[in-house]
Amino acid sequence: MSENRPENKKKKKPLSDRRKFILGMARGVGLATLGGFVWSAYVDEVTASELLLRPPGAIKEDNFLKTCIKCGLCVEACPYDTLLLAKPGDNKPLGTPYFVPRDIPCYMCPDIPCVPVCPTGALDQSSVTTDGKLDINIADMGLAVVDEESCIAFWGIQCDACYRACPILGEAITIEYEQNSRTGKHAFMKPIVHSDACTGCGLCEKACVTEIAAIHILPRETAMGKAGDYYIKGWDKDDEKRLENAKEIKTTTELSKQKASDKLNGNLLGDLYE
Amino acid sequence: MSNLWNNYRYLFFRRFTQIGLLVLYFGANAWGWKMLQGNLSSSSILGIIPMSDPFAALQMLAAGAVMATNLLVGVAVVVVFYFLVGGRAFCSWVCPINMITDAANFSREKLGINKVQGIKQPASRKIRYWVLALSLIISALMGVTAFEFVSPISMVHRGIVFGLGFGWAAMLIIFLFDLFVLKNGWCGHICPLGGFYSLLGKFSLIRVQHYKENCTACMKCKVVCPENQVLHMINKETLPVLSGECTNCARCIEVCDDDALGFSIRNMAKNKKTGE
Repeated sequence: MSENRPENKKKKKPLSDRRKFILGMARGVGLATLGGFVWSAYVDEVTASELLLRPPGAIKEDNFLKTCIKCGLCVEACPYDTLLLAKPGDNKPLGTPYFVPRDIPCYMCPDIPCVPVCPTGALDQSSVTTDGKLDINIADMGLAVVDEESCIAFWGIQCDACYRACPILGEAITIEYEQNSRTGKHAFMKPIVHSDACTGCGLCEKACVTEIAAIHILPRETAMGKAGDYYIKGWDKDDEKRLENAKEIKTTTELSKQKASDKLNGNLLGDLYE
Repeated sequence: MSNLWNNYRYLFFRRFTQIGLLVLYFGANAWGWKMLQGNLSSSSILGIIPMSDPFAALQMLAAGAVMATNLLVGVAVVVVFYFLVGGRAFCSWVCPINMITDAANFSREKLGINKVQGIKQPASRKIRYWVLALSLIISALMGVTAFEFVSPISMVHRGIVFGLGFGWAAMLIIFLFDLFVLKNGWCGHICPLGGFYSLLGKFSLIRVQHYKENCTACMKCKVVCPENQVLHMINKETLPVLSGECTNCARCIEVCDDDALGFSIRNMAKNKKTGE
């Protein structure tokens, strides 16, 4: 160390190789961290897409995003130009296939040309196969949802456009008759979607006559709720079995230590929700 | 005229290949041609032979995707092909970005920007390997194929085949970056796909060979080369270009008026002797 002393008096001392190497590595790691966070944040934003309809046979969305290679072979295979690849500016996960049923719905080809061409299995052939044969009727692209406020059939106008358009006629959508108490003389013919049969092809949405479709396709997870195992249908022995899955819930809300009467007799000006 | 042909013959072939492939891909989507369907991420020749981007597959693996057989076969086809013709032959013979960055480089020369900025490059060509590693790390952490969601290569190629959207902005960004910020910036410094093919190209068979005895040290090759660090042997040793960063674009071969450069099959014996 003492030998280095005289050199320190000079204004600039050349960096040692070791120091140069360490600084270089630190710079690299620093830049990589900076870039990595910006990159991650961007990727996180652009892959957030809940309301996207995927081609038939698409696997679950989070797996789809890592498995789809964005080659567009499904798009090229689609004979109706239904499928689109997300472009920059579409605000959808870049390069992944989707469709907009109000523009062009899925026409549910029996040979499902879009699925077998997928090289990565992001469109899973086995999910649209029954007994070794392709079966588009078990596809699950989404679920039709009716807006009863704007559906004119719920106003009493006789319209069954969606029911007629449905490729699984009479199963995915049925027409339920009900008395129209407003006129007292007529019937409502209400379209009812059955989630077990609906494939989410969107032919109903395309056919809907209202200005903005009163029936529209949503991804199934978005369209459907879940009652859980704590509620069962009364007078239904089979449904009661679900209770066996229910586990005890412990409430974490702290109970008030005051008695109800204290509250009533106490400070009348106090906050009721205190 | 024959001199002109001689000096640009490979450039012509490269543009022909690049544009020809784009036309085939475009025709598949627009008119239902069967020759080459899909895009550079994954495609199929005549609907039979699959081809898949090995770097995209690597990201899928890192992200934890289930790898389909078809995909793996496609990856194998591409890896074997570029193992034969030189890894980064993809960059200069197939990738559509090459035409953009070549245009930027051309404009750079014509506008004299190179003179303003000087010869010293402010960034390391090793950045691409950092970006490569980073894309795999982010893929693993985020569970998505990280580079595929930002890649201007697939953005531009997909855009040309399936509709561009704002993809033109990506093209412009690359062009401006290469023109004003960094010479050979995208292809020569940052692109992780180029980095990936550089690693693959280390072992490839078709290489550029330098013959010292013919060399007159005019250095035209070094001026024209987009990765001129790979030409370190010029006028020093008779050696093949062994660095995987060479894109086999053959610009050095066609500008050489002294037959000091040419394509050759990698000579393994020579390779061992020089220890590269």
